[in-house]
Amino acid sequence: MHGLAFDIAHMLAGFLVLTSFMMLYQDRLSALINALAIQAAVLGASVAWQAVIQEAPHLYITALLALVFKAVVIPMALRRIIRQLGIHREIETVGGTGLTMLAGIGLVALALQVVLPVTAGSDAVAREDIALALSVVLLGLLMMVTRRNAVSQVVGFMSLENGIVLAATGARGMPLVVEISVAFSVLIAFIVVGIFLFRIRERFDTVDVQALDRFRGERR
Amino acid sequence: MTALALLGGCILALLGTAGLGALIAQRRGAGARVYGLCLAITAVATLAALASLAAPAEVAAYPIFMPGLGLHLRLDPLAAVFLVIVDLGAAGASLYALGYAAHEKEPRRVLPFYPAFLAAMNLVVLADDAYAFLFGWELMSLASWALVMAHHREAGNARAGYIYIVMASLGTLALIGGFGVLAAGAGGFASAGGGFDFAAMRAAHPGVAQGGIALALVLIGAGSKAGLAPLHVWLPLAHPAAPSHVSALMSGVMTKVAIYGFIRVVFDLLGPAEWWWAMPVLLLGGITAALGVLHALMERDLKRLLACSTIENIGIIFLALGLALAFRANAMPTAAALALTAGLFHAFNHMLFKSVLFFGAGAVLGATGLRDIERLGGLIHRMPVSSAAFLVASMAIAALPPLNGFASEWLLFQAIFISPELPQWGLKIMVPAVGTLLALAAALVAACFVRAYGILYLGRPRGPEAATARETDRYSLAAMIALCALAVLAGLLPGVVIDALAPAVHALAGARMPAQSGGAWLTLVPIADRNSSYNGLMIGLFLALVGLGSAALIHRLAGRRTRRARLWDCGYPGLGPTSQYSAASLSQPLRRVLGAVVFASSERVDMPDPGALRPAGIVKTIHDPAWEGLFAPIGIAVSYAAGKLNHLQFMTIRRYLGAVFVLLVALLLLVGVSG
Amino acid sequence: MIADLALQGVQMALVLLLAPLLTGFVRTLKARLLRRRGPPLLQPYRDLWRLLGKEAIVADSASWLFRAAPYLVFAATWVAAALVPTYATGLIFSWSGDLIAITALLGLARFAQTLAGLDVGTSFGAIGTSRELMIASMAEPAMIMIAFIVSLVAGSTQLSAIAAVMLTYEIGLRVSLAMALIALIIVALAENARIPVDNPATHLELTMVHEAMVLEYSGRHLAMIDLASSVKLLLYASLLACLFAPLGLAPLGSGLAAHLVGLAAYGAKVTGIGVMLAVFETSIAKMRVFRVPGFLGAALMLGFLGTILLFVSRSL
Repeated sequence: MHGLAFDIAHMLAGFLVLTSFMMLYQDRLSALINALAIQAAVLGASVAWQAVIQEAPHLYITALLALVFKAVVIPMALRRIIRQLGIHREIETVGGTGLTMLAGIGLVALALQVVLPVTAGSDAVAREDIALALSVVLLGLLMMVTRRNAVSQVVGFMSLENGIVLAATGARGMPLVVEISVAFSVLIAFIVVGIFLFRIRERFDTVDVQALDRFRGERR
Repeated sequence: MTALALLGGCILALLGTAGLGALIAQRRGAGARVYGLCLAITAVATLAALASLAAPAEVAAYPIFMPGLGLHLRLDPLAAVFLVIVDLGAAGASLYALGYAAHEKEPRRVLPFYPAFLAAMNLVVLADDAYAFLFGWELMSLASWALVMAHHREAGNARAGYIYIVMASLGTLALIGGFGVLAAGAGGFASAGGGFDFAAMRAAHPGVAQGGIALALVLIGAGSKAGLAPLHVWLPLAHPAAPSHVSALMSGVMTKVAIYGFIRVVFDLLGPAEWWWAMPVLLLGGITAALGVLHALMERDLKRLLACSTIENIGIIFLALGLALAFRANAMPTAAALALTAGLFHAFNHMLFKSVLFFGAGAVLGATGLRDIERLGGLIHRMPVSSAAFLVASMAIAALPPLNGFASEWLLFQAIFISPELPQWGLKIMVPAVGTLLALAAALVAACFVRAYGILYLGRPRGPEAATARETDRYSLAAMIALCALAVLAGLLPGVVIDALAPAVHALAGARMPAQSGGAWLTLVPIADRNSSYNGLMIGLFLALVGLGSAALIHRLAGRRTRRARLWDCGYPGLGPTSQYSAASLSQPLRRVLGAVVFASSERVDMPDPGALRPAGIVKTIHDPAWEGLFAPIGIAVSYAAGKLNHLQFMTIRRYLGAVFVLLVALLLLVGVSG
Repeated sequence: MIADLALQGVQMALVLLLAPLLTGFVRTLKARLLRRRGPPLLQPYRDLWRLLGKEAIVADSASWLFRAAPYLVFAATWVAAALVPTYATGLIFSWSGDLIAITALLGLARFAQTLAGLDVGTSFGAIGTSRELMIASMAEPAMIMIAFIVSLVAGSTQLSAIAAVMLTYEIGLRVSLAMALIALIIVALAENARIPVDNPATHLELTMVHEAMVLEYSGRHLAMIDLASSVKLLLYASLLACLFAPLGLAPLGSGLAAHLVGLAAYGAKVTGIGVMLAVFETSIAKMRVFRVPGFLGAALMLGFLGTILLFVSRSL
């Protein structure tokens, strides 16, 4: 019942979820950023494939944006930040990686359980994409919640945004303006966070966000 | 004489034996007579049950017991299946006990209760009305409680007995409530017998809400007796406290009676199932399986380890029952038959190998006086036969082919493989999750029994008791060998067992698995149109052929020169037996990986200050989530409430009378308003 | 019937004969990648022959289990290997066991092996057993999850049937299968005691797992265990090839030409897997023991995730 179009879209979206899990599994910053780059590349491919099957040429621009900015520019910038700040390479997690991944699987199950029954009757590709996109968003959030390091929180945010883009392209008829504005808002957010990181570092001599808690008096 | 009358007679004979046991308990040879009688009676009952596996249902009513209700008995295929499990296990335990009786120091605390325990379990399975069922259930609880308390002066046994009796009362209370709900649906007190006979309940179909309440109550009642998490906490305390043959009965047989109760109510009396009924059963089953085996992995007391592993197997059986419920609710009878067969088959298998394991533990206990495996070791040299039987049973429980444990777990996996066809989303996500738990549990069981067997029987003796142990007596060995042989046979020829279970399955699931006896080479086929099969006989033959063949070939071609030498140990041969790994160190990696998550386990090196004259040590702590999260708070709440209510004991007579009067008026008002 | 039996026999003999060659090939290739000369390709055969000729030394404290275990390990592994199609599907023996049975048979081999590690009563044997139990209790469920995935895709747990379905291209591209592939590779590395889980070449006390368990073995017993390890490696290579690259498998009842093609394809596939293994092992470092559960846990999670995705996408 499904053609090759569905298969490839399904596979790319699934790979996106897989790369989210790869990020959760990493305990080194450089590997984490590599995983983010891979995810962005997969996202680019996925969006490009949507452009093909939806015959919507403007999606190629979105794909290109994803590929250039998220897969190349942002990872490079993040690596630069790490080098300049001399951040400790290992990521401290709240709870072990195993528990986080287990929670992640629970979130995926939840996303599927929520999305698939309510979208019954609509296009199979869109359903699949939205369900998996929600999973990617939730996994990105999970990443932000469970990591203590500010850089990995940024990475979690980027991954969350990837999920939003996937959902946006999966639904037909999303105008180009929206996507470009989303992409730029993310870029701005990235710049802000980058500056923020430097500021934290200057002030507290660490990028562990626990330092901020301590500053506010919320000592654990 | 019909099979049902014969089985009823067996119950009476067992009760008579109990009386005899009470009379002659102090005489010499009393044990041999009582256990011999039990063996003979249960053997007859086993044969009768075997003969009625495929027979049509047979009912009987006697005008005794409750006025207006009488005593109803019913022998249908499901009851026959569980009678085989009960009486075969009981026969094995009685045979074992023939040898064990010589070690018993206080026979008067065991002999009267043991036959009564057997009679009660038989009565529960045969009962066809709620009164008889609950009477049997309570008798079973009390008799087993008395047996748990047989050695009540040993440390911990009194507490075990106390917790057991509390949990058993809770379970019975829940069951009474469950039957009350069902009886209300079956015509209530207006009908003859008050709707308490099973035939009336079967005829009436409770509504969704009533059915759900009844299911929840039965899950608590039967689950607490079977050892379903989180109601399992009494089991690792009570089962090991009893004498070993009773431990085997409680673990191998009594938990099956509880499962029978669950199946009888949920599959038979409740009528058509709702799909969401399966969810709690599946979830609890999966959690129980994983939690039970993790407990077993941390345990160092041999009999407690075996009791924890019982919890795991109960989880597997409930998982199968949950799957069967889900399939049945969705009108998929062949799949339901597959899952139900897997559950019943596993119940039978567990009776076989868990009995052997407890017999082995009893033999070790008799030979060394120890249950702590950390102080044993090397017993394979001292106890060759019972160690071999324990090995076979360990392999069976670890679900290794070609033994019977693998056959039933294989069927269960096949049932899980067809579950994507279930339409509900909740089940679609739940089933793979519990499937993962099952896979994890299956792998951990192997680790658990490698650890148990390796520390107990292999290596070098860790203490003088182990170094001087003697092989156990002939009767005990005969019981172990007989049940082991059955386990091997059931593993090699699973088709025979499946065909024997088919009538019971057909009655409950509406379909049966394809007939296995006709298949080519006795291959097991779970579902006709699926391309999966398993042949235990072939695998077993092939393993034996390759193993023996390669050994013979190599001995012939390459010679069989063997030299005994001191052990090599990477160049440190002089270290004594205390340098061996202990059970705790063997499971340390798993405790660190999984225990840290489940039990919040931690370990800390306890290093004395410089100059202090005490040894350094490692301190490990383990928290039981069920006990600390559920039961300890309840205990605190109860004692708090009791403290608050204490002043009720110091009222004047007038106030007491006033309270009674107010309550009476209130009840009358309630009747007046509602009537 | 006779032809079927012959086919089965040929495949089993092929596995047995080829297994040491694969081990030797990987060893030689690894050495070459490190710019060493390395042992000759046929060295494993010579080792086996040499071990068979020596007398077996058995420790005083060893029981009958210690002497029986090598044969049981070998038998279970070889019987498991006999259930995996190598170059042709439709094995006559394959209906007597499926992927679950293969996992369980390997579990039987491990059961015997770990018990033998404890039998003599040394701490080295037990350290190997203890770690092997930890690794196995993560790897085995992962393997069962892989079986879930492929059986959900192919509608069967029978390897011949799965390979036949995989050959039809009707299943399309599935992300779950990719997850199963990654998970199977992780499991295969762990089960065969390869880097990064264990190092087959090490005899450093604190790092060895498999080698620690077999430390007390010598002579013909050691030969059987080494042969079983080789067979297991080839078994996993065949399993990977049969599940994920079934191209060229000779179907049931095909002619001689198809069988020759199948043989050539099988040789190519196994060689390819050997090359990949050698490259992978030389380019990665061994993990700390307590990093291994995370690595295997990832395989388990992949399997679980793949299963959930399949459960979902089947009903779309």
